[in-house]
Amino acid sequence: MAELLKIEELTICPANSTSRMLVSNVSFSIEPGKTTCVVGESGSGKSLTALSVMGLLSKQLVRTNGRVLFQGKDLADLSAEEMRKVRGRQIGMIFQEPMTSLNPVLTIGFQIGEPLTVHLGLKGDALKAKVAALLEQVGIPAHRANSYPDELSGGQRQRVMIAMSIACEPLMLIADEPTTALDVTVQAQILSLLDNLKTSMNMGMLLITHDFGVVADVADDVVVMFRGEVVEAGSVSQVLSKPKHPYTKALLDCVPDAEGKKPLKPIDYAWLNNEQVPA
Amino acid sequence: MSEFILKARDLNKFYTQRSGRFGFGTTQVKALDNVSLELRHASTLAVVGESGSGKSTLARCLLQLQPLDGGSVFFQGRDLADLPASELRRQRRHLQMIFQDPFASLNPRMKVGDIVEEGLLIHGLGNKDERFEKALKMLKRVGLAESDMNKYPHEFSGGQRQRIGIARALVLEPKVVVCDEPVSALDVSIQAQILLLLKELQREMSLSYVFISHDLRVVRHIADEIAVMHQGKIVETGSIQAVYESPKQQYTQNLLKAIPGQKRHVA
Repeated sequence: MAELLKIEELTICPANSTSRMLVSNVSFSIEPGKTTCVVGESGSGKSLTALSVMGLLSKQLVRTNGRVLFQGKDLADLSAEEMRKVRGRQIGMIFQEPMTSLNPVLTIGFQIGEPLTVHLGLKGDALKAKVAALLEQVGIPAHRANSYPDELSGGQRQRVMIAMSIACEPLMLIADEPTTALDVTVQAQILSLLDNLKTSMNMGMLLITHDFGVVADVADDVVVMFRGEVVEAGSVSQVLSKPKHPYTKALLDCVPDAEGKKPLKPIDYAWLNNEQVPA
Repeated sequence: MSEFILKARDLNKFYTQRSGRFGFGTTQVKALDNVSLELRHASTLAVVGESGSGKSTLARCLLQLQPLDGGSVFFQGRDLADLPASELRRQRRHLQMIFQDPFASLNPRMKVGDIVEEGLLIHGLGNKDERFEKALKMLKRVGLAESDMNKYPHEFSGGQRQRIGIARALVLEPKVVVCDEPVSALDVSIQAQILLLLKELQREMSLSYVFISHDLRVVRHIADEIAVMHQGKIVETGSIQAVYESPKQQYTQNLLKAIPGQKRHVA
Protein backbone atom coordinates (compact mmCIF):
# COMPACT_ATOMS: atom_id res chain seq x y z
CA MET A 1 0.00 0.00 0.00
CA ALA A 2 1.12 3.53 -0.68
CA GLU A 3 2.70 5.31 2.27
CA LEU A 4 0.80 8.17 3.79
CA LEU A 5 3.81 9.66 5.50
CA LYS A 6 7.41 8.97 4.74
CA ILE A 7 10.25 10.27 6.84
CA GLU A 8 13.64 10.02 5.16
CA GLU A 9 16.96 10.51 6.92
CA LEU A 10 15.56 13.19 9.18
CA THR A 11 18.27 14.96 11.18
CA ILE A 12 17.60 17.69 13.72
CA CYS A 13 20.26 19.81 15.44
CA PRO A 14 20.28 22.81 17.76
CA ALA A 15 20.60 25.92 15.57
CA ASN A 16 23.78 27.05 17.33
CA SER A 17 25.70 23.76 17.19
CA THR A 18 24.88 21.78 14.11
CA SER A 19 27.33 19.03 14.96
CA ARG A 20 25.23 17.85 17.92
CA MET A 21 22.50 15.71 16.44
CA LEU A 22 19.34 15.39 18.53
CA VAL A 23 17.66 13.30 15.87
CA SER A 24 19.92 11.63 13.36
CA ASN A 25 19.08 9.84 10.13
CA VAL A 26 15.61 8.79 11.17
CA SER A 27 13.59 7.05 8.47
CA PHE A 28 10.25 5.28 8.69
CA SER A 29 6.84 5.43 7.06
CA ILE A 30 3.19 5.23 8.00
CA GLU A 31 0.41 3.61 6.00
CA PRO A 32 -3.28 4.54 6.08
CA GLY A 33 -5.28 2.55 8.62
CA LYS A 34 -2.12 1.44 10.43
CA THR A 35 -0.61 2.48 13.74
CA THR A 36 3.10 3.03 14.02
CA CYS A 37 4.44 3.37 17.56
CA VAL A 38 7.65 5.26 18.24
CA VAL A 39 9.14 3.99 21.50
CA GLY A 40 12.06 5.37 23.45
CA GLU A 41 13.14 6.98 26.70
CA SER A 42 13.08 10.69 27.50
CA GLY A 43 15.53 12.50 25.29
CA SER A 44 15.57 9.82 22.60
CA GLY A 45 14.16 12.28 20.06
CA LYS A 46 10.72 10.76 19.63
CA SER A 47 8.77 13.94 20.34
CA LEU A 48 11.11 16.04 18.19
CA THR A 49 10.46 13.70 15.28
CA ALA A 50 6.71 14.18 15.68
CA LEU A 51 6.97 17.95 16.07
CA SER A 52 9.07 18.25 12.95
CA VAL A 53 6.40 16.43 10.94
CA MET A 54 3.94 19.09 12.02
CA GLY A 55 6.44 21.88 11.37
CA LEU A 56 6.25 22.83 15.02
CA LEU A 57 9.94 22.68 15.92
CA SER A 58 11.09 25.58 18.07
CA LYS A 59 13.29 28.19 16.40
CA GLN A 60 16.34 27.03 18.32
CA LEU A 61 16.23 23.75 16.43
CA VAL A 62 16.90 23.20 12.75
CA ARG A 63 16.37 20.34 10.38
CA THR A 64 19.78 19.88 8.79
CA ASN A 65 19.00 16.90 6.61
CA GLY A 66 16.25 14.67 5.36
CA ARG A 67 12.72 14.97 4.10
CA VAL A 68 9.22 14.52 5.45
CA LEU A 69 6.94 13.41 2.64
CA PHE A 70 3.19 13.54 3.23
CA GLN A 71 1.30 11.90 0.37
CA GLY A 72 4.46 12.23 -1.67
CA LYS A 73 4.86 15.97 -1.09
CA ASP A 74 7.75 17.38 0.91
CA LEU A 75 6.24 19.33 3.79
CA ALA A 76 9.29 21.60 3.92
CA ASP A 77 8.48 22.97 0.46
CA LEU A 78 5.13 24.29 1.65
CA SER A 79 4.72 27.94 2.53
CA ALA A 80 3.62 28.82 6.05
CA GLU A 81 0.11 29.39 4.73
CA GLU A 82 -0.03 26.02 2.96
CA MET A 83 1.40 24.27 6.01
CA ARG A 84 -1.42 25.77 8.09
CA LYS A 85 -3.90 24.08 5.80
CA VAL A 86 -2.26 20.72 6.37
CA ARG A 87 -2.01 21.13 10.13
CA GLY A 88 -5.29 20.24 11.80
CA ARG A 89 -6.97 19.56 8.45
CA GLN A 90 -4.94 16.67 7.10
CA ILE A 91 -2.73 15.85 10.07
CA GLY A 92 -4.21 16.04 13.55
CA MET A 93 -2.17 16.09 16.72
CA ILE A 94 -2.89 15.08 20.31
CA PHE A 95 -0.55 16.25 23.04
CA GLN A 96 0.46 14.56 26.26
CA GLU A 97 -0.87 17.01 28.80
CA PRO A 98 -4.63 17.34 28.58
CA MET A 99 -4.47 19.84 31.44
CA THR A 100 -2.29 22.39 29.72
CA SER A 101 -3.12 21.98 26.06
CA LEU A 102 -6.69 23.27 26.28
CA ASN A 103 -7.52 26.97 26.65
CA PRO A 104 -9.04 27.42 30.12
CA VAL A 105 -11.19 30.44 29.23
CA LEU A 106 -13.00 28.96 26.22
CA THR A 107 -15.72 26.32 26.30
CA ILE A 108 -14.79 22.92 24.95
CA GLY A 109 -17.52 23.27 22.31
CA PHE A 110 -15.84 26.41 20.99
CA GLN A 111 -12.43 24.76 20.97
CA ILE A 112 -13.67 21.69 19.11
CA GLY A 113 -15.54 23.92 16.65
CA GLU A 114 -12.60 26.21 15.92
CA PRO A 115 -10.79 23.95 13.40
CA LEU A 116 -14.14 23.30 11.69
CA THR A 117 -14.67 27.04 11.19
CA VAL A 118 -11.10 27.72 10.16
CA HIS A 119 -10.64 24.82 7.76
CA LEU A 120 -14.15 23.99 6.55
CA GLY A 121 -15.99 27.28 7.09
CA LEU A 122 -18.69 25.66 9.20
CA LYS A 123 -20.97 28.11 11.07
CA GLY A 124 -24.14 28.34 13.13
CA ASP A 125 -26.37 25.30 13.50
CA ALA A 126 -24.27 23.13 11.18
CA LEU A 127 -21.25 23.80 13.40
CA LYS A 128 -23.21 23.07 16.57
CA ALA A 129 -24.52 19.81 15.17
CA LYS A 130 -21.04 18.70 14.09
CA VAL A 131 -19.53 19.56 17.50
CA ALA A 132 -22.31 17.59 19.21
CA ALA A 133 -21.67 14.63 16.91
CA LEU A 134 -17.93 14.76 17.64
CA LEU A 135 -18.51 14.85 21.39
CA GLU A 136 -20.78 11.81 21.13
CA GLN A 137 -18.17 10.10 19.00
CA VAL A 138 -15.53 10.43 21.73
CA GLY A 139 -17.98 9.48 24.45
CA ILE A 140 -18.88 12.81 26.07
CA PRO A 141 -22.56 13.81 26.33
CA ALA A 142 -23.28 16.56 23.77
CA HIS A 143 -24.68 18.96 26.38
CA ARG A 144 -21.19 19.28 27.88
CA ALA A 145 -20.22 21.48 24.90
CA ASN A 146 -20.71 24.53 27.12
CA SER A 147 -18.39 23.25 29.85
CA TYR A 148 -14.96 24.71 30.47
CA PRO A 149 -11.89 22.48 30.63
CA ASP A 150 -11.58 22.79 34.42
CA GLU A 151 -15.02 21.18 34.80
CA LEU A 152 -13.80 17.98 33.17
CA SER A 153 -11.68 15.11 34.43
CA GLY A 154 -8.31 14.27 32.88
CA GLY A 155 -9.75 11.48 30.76
CA GLN A 156 -12.57 13.70 29.51
CA ARG A 157 -10.10 16.45 28.62
CA GLN A 158 -8.08 13.96 26.62
CA ARG A 159 -11.31 12.96 24.86
CA VAL A 160 -11.88 16.63 24.04
CA MET A 161 -8.35 16.82 22.60
CA ILE A 162 -9.14 13.78 20.46
CA ALA A 163 -12.42 15.33 19.28
CA MET A 164 -10.51 18.50 18.27
CA SER A 165 -7.86 16.59 16.41
CA ILE A 166 -10.29 14.42 14.43
CA ALA A 167 -12.81 17.24 13.82
CA CYS A 168 -11.70 17.79 10.21
CA GLU A 169 -11.33 14.07 9.56
CA PRO A 170 -7.57 14.16 9.05
CA LEU A 171 -5.77 11.50 7.05
CA MET A 172 -3.23 11.11 9.79
CA LEU A 173 -3.18 11.50 13.55
CA ILE A 174 -0.08 12.11 15.66
CA ALA A 175 -0.51 11.28 19.34
CA ASP A 176 2.39 12.25 21.61
CA GLU A 177 2.11 10.15 24.78
CA PRO A 178 -1.67 10.58 24.86
CA THR A 179 -2.23 8.41 27.92
CA THR A 180 0.87 8.97 30.04
CA ALA A 181 -0.92 11.37 32.38
CA LEU A 182 -3.94 9.09 32.83
CA ASP A 183 -5.03 6.24 35.10
CA VAL A 184 -4.82 2.66 33.81
CA THR A 185 -8.56 2.22 33.35
CA VAL A 186 -8.93 5.58 31.59
CA GLN A 187 -5.83 4.78 29.54
CA ALA A 188 -7.44 1.56 28.32
CA GLN A 189 -10.58 3.48 27.31
CA ILE A 190 -8.65 6.18 25.45
CA LEU A 191 -6.50 3.65 23.61
CA SER A 192 -9.46 1.63 22.43
CA LEU A 193 -11.20 4.86 21.37
CA LEU A 194 -8.15 5.84 19.30
CA ASP A 195 -7.94 2.36 17.85
CA ASN A 196 -11.62 2.38 16.84
CA LEU A 197 -11.38 5.85 15.29
CA LYS A 198 -8.31 4.84 13.34
CA THR A 199 -10.12 1.86 11.89
CA SER A 200 -13.43 3.60 11.17
CA MET A 201 -11.79 6.66 9.58
CA ASN A 202 -8.92 4.70 8.00
CA MET A 203 -6.40 7.12 9.51
CA GLY A 204 -2.70 6.54 9.69
CA MET A 205 -1.60 6.92 13.28
CA LEU A 206 1.77 7.86 14.72
CA LEU A 207 1.71 7.07 18.42
CA ILE A 208 4.57 8.11 20.66
CA THR A 209 4.96 6.25 23.91
CA HIS A 210 7.47 4.78 26.31
CA ASP A 211 5.17 2.00 27.43
CA PHE A 212 5.62 -1.36 25.73
CA GLY A 213 2.27 -2.47 27.11
CA VAL A 214 0.59 0.23 25.05
CA VAL A 215 2.66 -0.81 22.05
CA ALA A 216 1.57 -4.43 22.38
CA ASP A 217 -2.08 -3.39 22.48
CA VAL A 218 -2.37 -0.95 19.60
CA ALA A 219 0.68 -0.94 17.30
CA ASP A 220 1.01 -2.50 13.88
CA ASP A 221 4.59 -1.36 13.41
CA VAL A 222 7.17 -0.29 15.96
CA VAL A 223 10.11 2.09 15.71
CA VAL A 224 12.55 2.02 18.63
CA MET A 225 14.61 5.17 19.15
CA PHE A 226 17.71 5.57 21.29
CA ARG A 227 19.84 8.72 21.56
CA GLY A 228 18.28 10.25 18.46
CA GLU A 229 18.65 7.22 16.25
CA VAL A 230 16.33 4.47 15.12
CA VAL A 231 17.90 1.31 16.50
CA GLU A 232 15.21 -1.08 15.39
CA ALA A 233 12.03 -1.02 13.32
CA GLY A 234 9.62 -3.71 12.30
CA SER A 235 6.23 -5.26 12.87
CA VAL A 236 4.95 -5.36 16.44
CA SER A 237 5.21 -9.16 16.70
CA GLN A 238 8.77 -9.19 15.41
CA VAL A 239 10.05 -6.38 17.64
CA LEU A 240 8.32 -7.57 20.81
CA SER A 241 8.98 -11.27 20.53
CA LYS A 242 12.24 -11.36 18.58
CA PRO A 243 14.03 -8.08 19.26
CA LYS A 244 17.29 -7.85 17.32
CA HIS A 245 18.96 -4.85 18.87
CA PRO A 246 20.45 -5.10 22.40
CA TYR A 247 18.81 -1.81 23.35
CA THR A 248 15.35 -3.08 22.43
CA LYS A 249 15.99 -6.19 24.51
CA ALA A 250 17.18 -4.10 27.44
CA LEU A 251 14.19 -1.76 27.19
CA LEU A 252 11.79 -4.72 27.11
CA ASP A 253 13.52 -6.22 30.15
CA CYS A 254 12.85 -3.20 32.31
CA VAL A 255 9.10 -3.18 31.71
CA PRO A 256 7.38 -4.81 34.68
CA ASP A 257 5.14 -7.64 33.45
CA ALA A 258 1.65 -8.12 34.82
CA GLU A 259 2.36 -11.68 35.95
CA GLY A 260 5.38 -10.63 38.02
CA LYS A 261 7.39 -13.61 36.78
CA LYS A 262 10.13 -11.82 34.93
CA PRO A 263 12.74 -10.13 37.13
CA LEU A 264 13.18 -6.40 36.55
CA LYS A 265 16.42 -5.52 34.85
CA PRO A 266 17.46 -1.89 34.49
CA ILE A 267 19.33 -0.88 31.36
CA ASP A 268 23.07 -1.17 31.66
CA TYR A 269 24.20 1.74 29.51
CA ALA A 270 27.90 0.99 29.87
CA TRP A 271 27.30 -2.49 28.54
CA LEU A 272 25.22 -1.09 25.68
CA ASN A 273 28.06 1.18 24.63
CA ASN A 274 30.47 -1.73 24.38
CA GLU A 275 28.04 -4.06 22.70
CA GLN A 276 28.58 -4.66 19.02
CA VAL A 277 25.58 -3.06 17.41
CA PRO A 278 24.21 -5.03 14.48
CA ALA A 279 23.84 -2.92 11.36
CA MET B 1 6.59 -6.17 69.44
CA SER B 2 3.81 -7.47 67.26
CA GLU B 3 4.45 -8.44 63.69
CA PHE B 4 2.52 -5.38 62.53
CA ILE B 5 4.59 -2.23 62.71
CA LEU B 6 1.84 0.13 61.54
CA LYS B 7 -1.88 -0.33 61.95
CA ALA B 8 -4.70 1.94 60.88
CA ARG B 9 -8.17 1.55 62.36
CA ASP B 10 -11.33 2.98 60.80
CA LEU B 11 -9.71 6.07 59.34
CA ASN B 12 -12.15 8.71 58.22
CA LYS B 13 -11.40 11.92 56.42
CA PHE B 14 -13.87 14.34 54.88
CA TYR B 15 -13.28 17.25 52.60
CA THR B 16 -15.85 20.02 52.50
CA GLN B 17 -16.68 21.24 49.06
CA ARG B 18 -18.64 24.30 48.07
CA SER B 19 -21.63 23.39 46.01
CA GLY B 20 -24.90 24.67 44.72
CA ARG B 21 -25.59 28.06 43.25
CA PHE B 22 -22.78 30.56 43.95
CA GLY B 23 -21.17 27.98 46.25
CA PHE B 24 -23.36 28.85 49.22
CA GLY B 25 -24.05 25.23 49.99
CA THR B 26 -21.50 22.68 51.13
CA THR B 27 -21.23 18.99 50.51
CA GLN B 28 -18.89 16.56 52.16
CA VAL B 29 -16.67 14.31 50.14
CA LYS B 30 -15.55 11.19 51.92
CA ALA B 31 -11.90 10.82 51.01
CA LEU B 32 -11.38 8.04 53.53
CA ASP B 33 -14.33 5.94 54.57
CA ASN B 34 -13.57 3.58 57.46
CA VAL B 35 -10.19 2.57 56.11
CA SER B 36 -8.29 -0.04 58.10
CA LEU B 37 -5.01 -1.63 57.20
CA GLU B 38 -2.05 -3.39 58.70
CA LEU B 39 1.58 -3.20 57.62
CA ARG B 40 3.81 -6.14 58.49
CA HIS B 41 7.36 -5.53 59.67
CA ALA B 42 9.89 -5.43 56.78
CA SER B 43 7.27 -5.99 54.12
CA THR B 44 5.56 -3.90 51.45
CA LEU B 45 1.88 -3.09 51.41
CA ALA B 46 0.69 -1.60 48.14
CA VAL B 47 -2.32 0.67 48.00
CA VAL B 48 -3.73 0.88 44.49
CA GLY B 49 -6.63 2.80 43.01
CA GLU B 50 -7.53 5.39 40.42
CA SER B 51 -7.13 9.15 40.76
CA GLY B 52 -9.48 10.42 43.42
CA SER B 53 -9.79 7.10 45.21
CA GLY B 54 -8.20 8.58 48.33
CA LYS B 55 -4.80 6.89 48.20
CA SER B 56 -2.73 10.04 48.63
CA THR B 57 -5.00 11.25 51.43
CA LEU B 58 -4.40 7.91 53.11
CA ALA B 59 -0.63 8.35 52.76
CA ARG B 60 -0.72 11.77 54.39
CA CYS B 61 -3.10 10.68 57.13
CA LEU B 62 -0.97 7.66 58.03
CA LEU B 63 1.96 9.97 58.74
CA GLN B 64 -0.20 12.53 60.56
CA LEU B 65 0.59 15.13 57.94
CA GLN B 66 -3.12 15.79 57.78
CA PRO B 67 -5.53 15.64 60.71
CA LEU B 68 -7.97 12.74 60.71
CA ASP B 69 -11.72 13.09 61.19
CA GLY B 70 -11.92 9.72 62.86
CA GLY B 71 -9.98 6.55 63.58
CA SER B 72 -6.43 6.04 64.77
CA VAL B 73 -3.02 5.10 63.49
CA PHE B 74 -0.89 2.86 65.68
CA PHE B 75 2.87 2.84 65.18
CA GLN B 76 4.57 0.06 67.14
CA GLY B 77 1.42 -0.21 69.22
CA ARG B 78 1.17 3.48 70.15
CA ASP B 79 -1.63 5.71 68.91
CA LEU B 80 0.08 8.57 67.08
CA ALA B 81 -2.82 10.92 67.77
CA ASP B 82 -2.35 10.48 71.56
CA LEU B 83 1.31 11.45 71.50
CA PRO B 84 2.26 14.94 72.65
CA ALA B 85 3.54 17.13 69.80
CA SER B 86 7.18 16.85 70.86
CA GLU B 87 7.01 13.07 71.09
CA LEU B 88 5.25 12.86 67.71
CA ARG B 89 8.07 14.92 66.23
CA ARG B 90 10.60 12.48 67.64
CA GLN B 91 8.65 9.56 66.21
CA ARG B 92 8.60 11.16 62.76
CA ARG B 93 12.21 10.10 62.39
CA HIS B 94 10.88 6.56 62.03
CA LEU B 95 8.06 7.54 59.67
CA GLN B 96 9.35 8.94 56.41
CA MET B 97 7.85 9.70 53.05
CA ILE B 98 9.04 9.57 49.43
CA PHE B 99 7.04 11.83 47.17
CA GLN B 100 5.78 11.43 43.63
CA ASP B 101 7.11 14.53 41.97
CA PRO B 102 10.89 14.66 42.16
CA PHE B 103 10.77 18.18 40.70
CA ALA B 104 8.47 19.73 43.28
CA SER B 105 9.59 17.95 46.44
CA LEU B 106 13.17 19.23 46.68
CA ASN B 107 13.93 22.79 47.77
CA PRO B 108 15.54 24.42 44.71
CA ARG B 109 17.61 26.79 46.86
CA MET B 110 19.26 24.12 48.96
CA LYS B 111 22.29 22.09 48.03
CA VAL B 112 21.74 18.36 47.82
CA GLY B 113 24.06 17.69 50.74
CA ASP B 114 22.09 20.09 52.93
CA ILE B 115 18.77 18.58 51.83
CA VAL B 116 19.88 15.14 52.93
CA GLU B 117 21.53 16.40 56.14
CA GLU B 118 18.58 18.51 57.24
CA GLY B 119 16.64 15.64 58.78
CA LEU B 120 19.65 14.67 60.88
CA LEU B 121 20.03 18.27 62.00
CA ILE B 122 16.38 18.56 62.99
CA HIS B 123 16.47 15.36 64.97
CA GLY B 124 19.80 16.36 66.57
CA LEU B 125 21.59 13.26 65.39
CA GLY B 126 25.38 13.40 65.53
CA ASN B 127 27.74 16.35 65.21
CA LYS B 128 28.60 18.21 62.04
CA ASP B 129 31.16 15.70 60.79
CA GLU B 130 29.02 12.70 61.59
CA ARG B 131 26.05 14.23 59.81
CA PHE B 132 28.16 14.91 56.76
CA GLU B 133 29.54 11.38 56.78
CA LYS B 134 26.07 9.88 57.12
CA ALA B 135 24.59 11.99 54.35
CA LEU B 136 27.53 11.17 52.10
CA LYS B 137 27.22 7.45 52.78
CA MET B 138 23.50 7.53 52.03
CA LEU B 139 23.96 9.52 48.82
CA LYS B 140 26.63 7.09 47.68
CA ARG B 141 24.34 4.20 48.52
CA VAL B 142 21.59 5.55 46.25
CA GLY B 143 24.08 6.01 43.43
CA LEU B 144 25.24 9.63 43.68
CA ALA B 145 28.78 10.93 44.13
CA GLU B 146 30.43 13.13 46.75
CA SER B 147 30.75 15.96 44.24
CA ASP B 148 26.95 15.95 43.90
CA MET B 149 26.56 17.22 47.47
CA ASN B 150 27.39 20.76 46.42
CA LYS B 151 25.00 20.81 43.50
CA TYR B 152 21.43 22.09 43.40
CA PRO B 153 18.41 19.93 42.54
CA HIS B 154 17.93 21.50 39.09
CA GLU B 155 21.27 20.05 38.00
CA PHE B 156 19.87 16.53 38.20
CA SER B 157 17.60 14.40 36.04
CA GLY B 158 14.24 13.10 37.26
CA GLY B 159 15.62 9.72 38.25
CA GLN B 160 18.56 11.26 40.12
CA ARG B 161 16.21 13.63 41.95
CA GLN B 162 14.12 10.69 43.03
CA ARG B 163 17.34 9.13 44.37
CA ILE B 164 17.96 12.31 46.37
CA GLY B 165 14.41 12.08 47.74
CA ILE B 166 15.08 8.49 48.77
CA ALA B 167 18.38 9.42 50.42
CA ARG B 168 16.65 12.23 52.33
CA ALA B 169 14.01 9.84 53.66
CA LEU B 170 16.35 6.97 54.50
CA VAL B 171 19.26 8.84 56.07
CA LEU B 172 17.24 8.91 59.30
CA GLU B 173 17.09 5.11 59.30
CA PRO B 174 13.30 5.08 59.48
CA LYS B 175 11.17 2.03 60.16
CA VAL B 176 8.21 2.88 57.96
CA VAL B 177 8.46 4.63 54.61
CA VAL B 178 5.35 5.76 52.78
CA CYS B 179 6.11 5.96 49.05
CA ASP B 180 3.48 8.02 47.23
CA GLU B 181 3.73 7.07 43.54
CA PRO B 182 7.54 7.15 43.66
CA VAL B 183 8.05 6.01 40.07
CA SER B 184 5.00 7.37 38.24
CA ALA B 185 6.87 10.38 36.90
CA LEU B 186 9.80 8.33 35.59
CA ASP B 187 10.66 6.55 32.34
CA VAL B 188 10.37 2.75 32.33
CA SER B 189 14.13 2.23 32.35
CA ILE B 190 14.64 4.64 35.28
CA GLN B 191 11.57 3.18 36.97
CA ALA B 192 13.18 -0.26 37.01
CA GLN B 193 16.36 1.16 38.58
CA ILE B 194 14.46 2.94 41.33
CA LEU B 195 12.25 -0.07 42.09
CA LEU B 196 15.29 -2.32 42.43
CA LEU B 197 17.01 0.27 44.63
CA LEU B 198 13.95 0.45 46.91
CA LYS B 199 13.88 -3.34 47.16
CA GLU B 200 17.60 -3.58 48.01
CA LEU B 201 17.34 -0.86 50.63
CA GLN B 202 14.35 -2.60 52.17
CA ARG B 203 16.40 -5.75 52.62
CA GLU B 204 19.46 -3.92 53.99
CA MET B 205 17.62 -1.67 56.42
CA SER B 206 14.56 -3.92 57.09
CA LEU B 207 12.21 -1.15 56.05
CA SER B 208 8.45 -1.47 55.90
CA TYR B 209 6.89 0.23 52.90
CA VAL B 210 3.43 1.53 52.21
CA PHE B 211 3.61 1.79 48.43
CA ILE B 212 0.95 3.97 46.83
CA SER B 213 0.55 3.42 43.10
CA HIS B 214 -1.89 3.25 40.25
CA ASP B 215 0.35 0.99 38.18
CA LEU B 216 -0.56 -2.62 38.82
CA ARG B 217 2.45 -3.90 36.92
CA VAL B 218 4.82 -2.05 39.23
CA VAL B 219 2.95 -3.16 42.33
CA ARG B 220 3.20 -6.80 41.31
CA HIS B 221 6.97 -6.50 41.41
CA ILE B 222 7.45 -4.70 44.67
CA ALA B 223 4.63 -5.55 47.06
CA ASP B 224 3.87 -8.48 49.34
CA GLU B 225 0.33 -7.45 50.11
CA ILE B 226 -2.13 -5.21 48.35
CA ALA B 227 -5.12 -3.07 49.28
CA VAL B 228 -7.40 -1.87 46.48
CA MET B 229 -9.07 1.49 47.09
CA HIS B 230 -12.18 2.79 45.37
CA GLN B 231 -14.02 5.98 46.33
CA GLY B 232 -12.41 6.22 49.75
CA LYS B 233 -13.03 2.61 50.72
CA ILE B 234 -10.75 -0.39 50.69
CA VAL B 235 -12.64 -2.86 48.54
CA GLU B 236 -10.22 -5.75 48.57
CA THR B 237 -7.08 -6.79 50.45
CA GLY B 238 -4.88 -9.82 50.34
CA SER B 239 -1.53 -11.21 49.34
CA ILE B 240 -0.27 -10.12 45.94
CA GLN B 241 -0.62 -13.59 44.54
CA ALA B 242 -4.18 -14.11 45.77
CA VAL B 243 -5.47 -10.75 44.52
CA TYR B 244 -3.77 -10.95 41.10
CA GLU B 245 -4.69 -14.53 40.43
CA SER B 246 -8.22 -14.62 41.77
CA PRO B 247 -9.56 -11.11 42.37
CA LYS B 248 -12.89 -11.30 44.19
CA GLN B 249 -14.30 -7.85 43.54
CA GLN B 250 -15.58 -6.71 40.17
CA TYR B 251 -13.68 -3.44 40.61
CA THR B 252 -10.35 -5.23 41.09
CA GLN B 253 -11.06 -7.40 38.07
CA ASN B 254 -11.68 -4.31 35.95
CA LEU B 255 -8.44 -2.72 37.15
CA LEU B 256 -6.48 -5.85 36.28
CA LYS B 257 -8.12 -6.02 32.87
CA ALA B 258 -7.04 -2.46 32.13
CA ILE B 259 -3.33 -3.27 32.41
CA PRO B 260 -1.91 -2.57 28.95
CA GLY B 261 -0.19 -5.30 26.99
CA GLN B 262 -2.79 -8.02 27.37
CA LYS B 263 -4.96 -7.57 24.31
CA ARG B 264 -2.67 -9.39 22.00
CA HIS B 265 -0.61 -12.14 23.42
CA VAL B 266 3.06 -11.47 22.94
CA ALA B 267 5.42 -14.20 24.02
